[in-house]
Amino acid sequence: MANVEKDALTGTETTGHSWDGIQELNTPLPKWWLYTFYACIIWAVGYWVVYPAWPSLSDYTKGVIGYSSRAEHAKEMEAVKASRSEWLGKFEEANVSDIVKDSQLLNYAMAGGRALFNENCAPCHGAGGQGAPGFPVLADDDWLWGGTLESIEQSVRFGIRSGHEEERVNEMPKYGVDGLITKEEMAAVADYVIGGLQGDGAGKTVFAEQCAACHGEDGHGLPEMGGPNLSDGIWLFGAGKDAVLAQLNSPKHGVMPAWQGRLDDVSIKQVSIYVHSLGGGQ
Amino acid sequence: MKHEIFEKNVILLAIGILLTISIGGLVQIVPLYTMEQTIEKVDGIRPYSPLELAGRNIYIREGCYNCHSQMVRPFRDEAERYGHYSLAAESMYDHPFQWGSKRTGPDLARVGGKYSNDWHVAHLIDPRSVVPESIMPPYAFLAKRELSFDDAADHMKTLRIVGVPYSDEQIATAKEDLRIQGMGEAGGDVEAFLARYPKAKIGSFDGDAKKTTEMDALVAYLQMLGTLVDFTNVDPETLYR
Repeated sequence: MANVEKDALTGTETTGHSWDGIQELNTPLPKWWLYTFYACIIWAVGYWVVYPAWPSLSDYTKGVIGYSSRAEHAKEMEAVKASRSEWLGKFEEANVSDIVKDSQLLNYAMAGGRALFNENCAPCHGAGGQGAPGFPVLADDDWLWGGTLESIEQSVRFGIRSGHEEERVNEMPKYGVDGLITKEEMAAVADYVIGGLQGDGAGKTVFAEQCAACHGEDGHGLPEMGGPNLSDGIWLFGAGKDAVLAQLNSPKHGVMPAWQGRLDDVSIKQVSIYVHSLGGGQ
Repeated sequence: MKHEIFEKNVILLAIGILLTISIGGLVQIVPLYTMEQTIEKVDGIRPYSPLELAGRNIYIREGCYNCHSQMVRPFRDEAERYGHYSLAAESMYDHPFQWGSKRTGPDLARVGGKYSNDWHVAHLIDPRSVVPESIMPPYAFLAKRELSFDDAADHMKTLRIVGVPYSDEQIATAKEDLRIQGMGEAGGDVEAFLARYPKAKIGSFDGDAKKTTEMDALVAYLQMLGTLVDFTNVDPETLYR
């Protein structure tokens, strides 16, 4: 523009636009803003040199400090491990029954175990181990596979029907579906079981023949085989005759994943100790 | 006032904008397709089995991604809670990817194998029956809806167009594979199925072996998430970027 008009009042150049007598001023950018903008551009050039920045078709510039977010993450994980190594080393060497004898280690295990339990175990077993229908209570002294520290650790490590080669597994026969016993026998043994395993009728005979091998002759359960205690009034898949009959007909079997591989060795020990402490550890 | 020419000519302005954005796009996007580092070379990644794919489609249909991410980031807190950080390779056959951007619920990138099938079914039917503090809506209807088998092969063919390497054999056996994964031996040749889809979990996921429902499909999908790569066999340094 050849001759730029200037606004009389401010002395600023105008754009030459005017609407209804109002002129648009061409106010320059504030100096501080402009120089900050230039500084950012220079900063960006420095950034390209230092950090990974420009891609080519086959590779990218790595930057002079060789930064990698994943390498950085690995370094941080190593550092955390190192800072915990004094404790972790003791956990690696000791077995669970020795850990609980040392009050300091026990405290450490309880704190870690609680965090691990809430993230990994509580969805099924409930916060605090109160359980849910089909998912065993861990806060009582009724243990399907044994409540000693070692048994709990084994259950956590290898799981129940988990598909792991060292899984804990058993299978109750489908007495009804497969016709292993008659309807009358099923009803009799269901009555016997919910009646507190009392009396001398047909139910007792069927129980002795069919059930005692896993649930024990007195029905108190055989944890080494995962045979639940039937005498304590704690029912995993529901109380009452109908629930018992349903279980006899076509039994449900719970599944717990193997945590080895997902949790490290120390975590497994800590969470086992925590579970043992919830109420009924033996 | 050199920009006056753009301000006064809308066609030139449009061309200028297009040019500027194209440069940004070309520099940022194109190399991702040509660089070897974009997708990590790890063993175990395979396309989804028909049942998992059906489950994934239900996952998308129900908008699970609105509350659940599938992206474990390389941070210490995430590693300690969820496990190894997610790899690009682990979502290379996802169209569209399910990384998500919001975690109202937990991340699901490594949920596979973390809980039992029974838990997933109980939780989907009534989340508060197992997690009292949960605010997730119930999806009980999934257990009642039988899965549609007829469009399984079509979904796979569509994905093949965008680069998922389904073989002709896999597409031909889509229906059979749905039956096998949902019913086990009763559905067909399990060994041949596992050759097509290694590490796939087989069985009646919802506990009802008589029919394959949408619940079966969704649980089959959830149970395989994040399980394909065996990180004990991966040299961590090959993953650094």
